[in-house]
Formats: sequence, C-alpha cells, structure tokens
Amino acid sequence: MERKAKLIKSKATQIRKLIVEMLAEAGSGHPGGSLSSADIVACLFFGIMRYDPKDPEWSDRDKFHLSKGHCCPALYAALALCGYFPKNELLSLRKLGSMLQGHPDSKIPGIEVASGSLGQGLSIALGMALAGKVDKKDSRIYCLMGDGELQEGNVWEAAMACSHHKLDNLCAVIDYNRFQIDGRTEEVMNLEPLVNKWESFGWRVIQCDGHNIEDLLEAFTEAKSIQFKPTMIVAHTVKGKGVSFMEHVVDFHGRAPTEQEREIALRELEVEKSE
Amino acid sequence: MEMLYARDVYGRTLIELGKKDPRVVVCDADLSGSTRTALFRKEFPDRFFNFGVAEQNMIAASGGLASCGKIVFASTFAMFATARVLDQIRNTVCYNNLNVKIVATHGGITVGEDGASHQALEDINAVRAIPNMKVIVPSDAWEARDAIITAHKTKGPFYIRLGRSKVATIENRKHFHLGKGYALTEGADLAVIACGIMVQETLKAHDILKKRGISISVYNMHTIKPIDKELIIKIANKHKKILVCDEHQAMGGLCSAVCEVVARNCPVLVDCVAVEDRFGQSGAPKELMDFYGLSADSIAKRAEEFIRQ
Repeated sequence: MERKAKLIKSKATQIRKLIVEMLAEAGSGHPGGSLSSADIVACLFFGIMRYDPKDPEWSDRDKFHLSKGHCCPALYAALALCGYFPKNELLSLRKLGSMLQGHPDSKIPGIEVASGSLGQGLSIALGMALAGKVDKKDSRIYCLMGDGELQEGNVWEAAMACSHHKLDNLCAVIDYNRFQIDGRTEEVMNLEPLVNKWESFGWRVIQCDGHNIEDLLEAFTEAKSIQFKPTMIVAHTVKGKGVSFMEHVVDFHGRAPTEQEREIALRELEVEKSE
Repeated sequence: MEMLYARDVYGRTLIELGKKDPRVVVCDADLSGSTRTALFRKEFPDRFFNFGVAEQNMIAASGGLASCGKIVFASTFAMFATARVLDQIRNTVCYNNLNVKIVATHGGITVGEDGASHQALEDINAVRAIPNMKVIVPSDAWEARDAIITAHKTKGPFYIRLGRSKVATIENRKHFHLGKGYALTEGADLAVIACGIMVQETLKAHDILKKRGISISVYNMHTIKPIDKELIIKIANKHKKILVCDEHQAMGGLCSAVCEVVARNCPVLVDCVAVEDRFGQSGAPKELMDFYGLSADSIAKRAEEFIRQ
C-alpha cells in the first residue's frame, strides 16, 4: 500500500505540474478545481481503475466520467501520463483545431462522453451503470462531481434513481473544495448538510481527506465491497491545492496563471516532489 | 381507411425491435401507459427503465446507456421531451452523437382537453437547430412504424413526434425514406407541403378544392430534418407559390424549414397554415383544429386566397 501510495503521489504531482503548464500556455481555464481534484484523479487512474490505453474501447474496462468538465486539465494530464495520447498534445489545450477542447470531448481517447454543462454527469454515469447491469458486467463506473454543480436539480433526480436501481457498480466522488465561481458554496447556495442529503437519498457515504492518498485508496476499496447501494465519496479538498497562492482563492476558479505565476507554481511543485 | 393510434404501433414496433436486437432498451418518465412503452416493459422488463417524473435524468441517462452500445428509445409527452430537457439533448445526446431516439407522443394542439400546458407547439423548433439531430413527424401509424425502424438502424439521435389521437391511414402511402418527401396528389394551381396529421387535413382540403375546380399538389414532408431540399426546389420551380401546413407554431417548424430552403435557393411566395404565435387551450381536438385555423376548411380557404393573391 505504501509503495502504491508513493507512486500515486508522484503521479498527482506530475498532474499538478502539467495542469499549471497547460493552463499558462492556454491563457484561460480552471486551475482551482483541477488542482483540488488531482489526487482523486491520480488514485483512480494509477491505483483503482481497470483500463487499457492501447485499447480504449476494451469492453471490460472501468469507466470514468468527469461531471465537472471544466476541470479537464487534470483528466487530460492523467490520460497523457497513462499513454492514451502523447504528452506534447497537452500544450495545445483550448487552441483552434486541437483535440483537447476547453471541456471534455468524446473524440479524445479515454473520454467516454463529453461534459461541460453541469449537473448531467451523474445521470450519464447512471446510464452507464444500468448498461453494465443489463450486460451483467463486473466493470465499475466512476463519476467525479463538483460541489457547485450539486445545486442543479438534475443531480438529485439521478441521486434518487441510482439508489432505486441499487447500483453498487457505481461510485461517485464529490470534490468538496467549498468554492464556486461566485464565492463560497455556503454563501452562494449552501449545500450542508451534504452527507445527510446523500444518505437520505439511499447512498452509502464515505468521507475522506481528498488529498490523502491512503485515505482515498481505502475509500475506493471500501466502495467496491458495498452491495446493493451506490457509493458517494465526499472528498474534502482544498481549491487550488499544491500552489500556495491559489489555495482557497476564488479568483483561481477560472483564471489561468500568468507567466510569472507559472514559474512560482512549478517551483513550489518541484519542492513538493523532492520532499 | 384504417383509424389507428400511432403510439399503439410504436409500442408494438418496439417489441419487434427488442426481439431482434438485444441492444434495444426503452426509457420512459412515468407515462409508459400513454406512450405505450409499457408494451415493451411487459416483454422485456430488464431492458425497460422508468425514471419517474424526471425527464432531465431520463435523457442524460439515455445518453449514458447509448455510450455503452445500447440503442435507446426514450419517450414521454412532446411537451416534456424537448424544451424541458434541451440542454441534456444538446450537450449529452447530440454533441456525442449518441443513439438516443426520442419518440414523443401527444405532440401538437390535438392533445385537446388538457390545454395549453400540455400542447407542444414549439417542440420541433426546440430540437431542429441542434447538429446531429434528425426530426420526423409521421403522418400516420404506419409511417410512424417506418420512422421508428429507420431510427433504429440509423446512427445518431432522432426526434420523432407522434400525436395523441387516432389518425387515418394514408391510402397511397409510399415506402418511407429518411429525408425524402413525396407527392400524394399532383395539381396545377398550388403546392401544399404538410407533415403529421396536417397531411390528412390537406388531403381533405384537396377534395374540397377539387369540387370548386381547383387542383393542388399535396406533398408529405415527414422528415423536417434533414429537409428534402431537392424536392422543395423542384416544387418551387413548378408552382411559384407554396402553402405549408404544420400543427406547430409557424415559427421554427416545417414552415420555417421550407422557407429557409426557398429563400436561399428559389425565392417564391410561401404562406403558412400553422399556429400563429399563440398558446392553445382546452377543447376537443376537432374544435381546436377549427378554432386555430388548422382544419381542412381553413386550409382550403387559405389556399383559395393565396392562389388569387
């Protein structure tokens, strides 16, 4: 476990560095939520999920859906590190003609369904999980959601349906960084009591530190063992995690780092890597 | 002439497709009795999903199912199958070009007594502009069957609009080809293009006008998108005046689709028999057709005025 966690940790740092580089190069995008979800994404792609980058359509693969589509730099970085496409593609993010669109596009190898319009992701994952049950497959469906998007009514329609169908092949994660574009979630539209909400909708809820790899691995492993219920991992995270001047700063929800900020951020992440 | 519910034929066709193709799954949002998807549920309970009164979830989850190789038929009333779920249709179903076939029943003013809140008159407008979407408004139950079979074998999203009431079967119906309209009658004085139940009304108008010595060409334009550009240009070159009949707002439906082709390729006068920027109301379907000027008599009257104009 310890060695696995160490590997995942180094992948998460690589993802963070790539996020900073991609967004600085693109000149726009969403660093805050990409950085807060980096450890979750690293755990799934380098410790939990079953997939084959050489055969993205492998019929027994686990499926990942990024409901918070604006945080795609984290996912793109992970896919490149897995070998779905060359790493040098990453710097074309958000440019005309690029494969790497500003929000996930299903033409990208490793991406199942496009996302970007918030609140639909859990429904899409629900559809995938239902298909898995119809086909009697043992593969699992993972859905990464933002906290702000929980304000969409569509999410709660899906929440109800996932437990109605007892979808134990579905595990969703909330990147609970407590910020959205307009400010703190508790000020814009309070989500609390969040755990009770999901429990009352019939979900098994596991809370964890979304930046502690051992914690996350344990949560995902526990989720696999739960029967007749979907699992929601409420991952407590820090917006902008890993770059000091971005942490808890709402401005970095949707602003790319400048050239100077890029340098500082990469230096900080370099130190983290060597620690 | 047979009188049939298109939705009955829809339910039966789903069973046929379900038997032939294990990829077929069906979704509904608490209206499976009315949409007739319940017929499929009885045969294939494991491939039927009732989402309850939650259309947004139904459409986005249909996208998820389709992304796993399923061919999804998703049904509810036209009022709840389009504008209410337009973002799910656009960003999940159409952007990913997924095999989600939205078959909406209870389209148009002929929903009747339930009134304006249930009379979808803007549904075609809502879905028509979205890339990858194909739109069909069958004129009778057998054309509905053809459309459903075509949607099953054609990749990508479809919107198929069916009505609530029984409809008369068109006698000289031709084999259905997606995106290809056809002439039901040939006349010299005016061309009338229609879809859905307006085809039957137009055929009745044809008989009324015939007694007055006026002959019209009646075209069935069952596919609104992709629209049969070639045929419309041919019609415009032949007739110089085109009347379009649609059980929909004049804005955004078949009338607009025809005007777009005509204005860009072969400018001739176009007039419409459609709902003119109004909401419906409660009433018997026949009464509403008369009140909103959609019945055969209204079409005949408008046609005569238009010819003289």
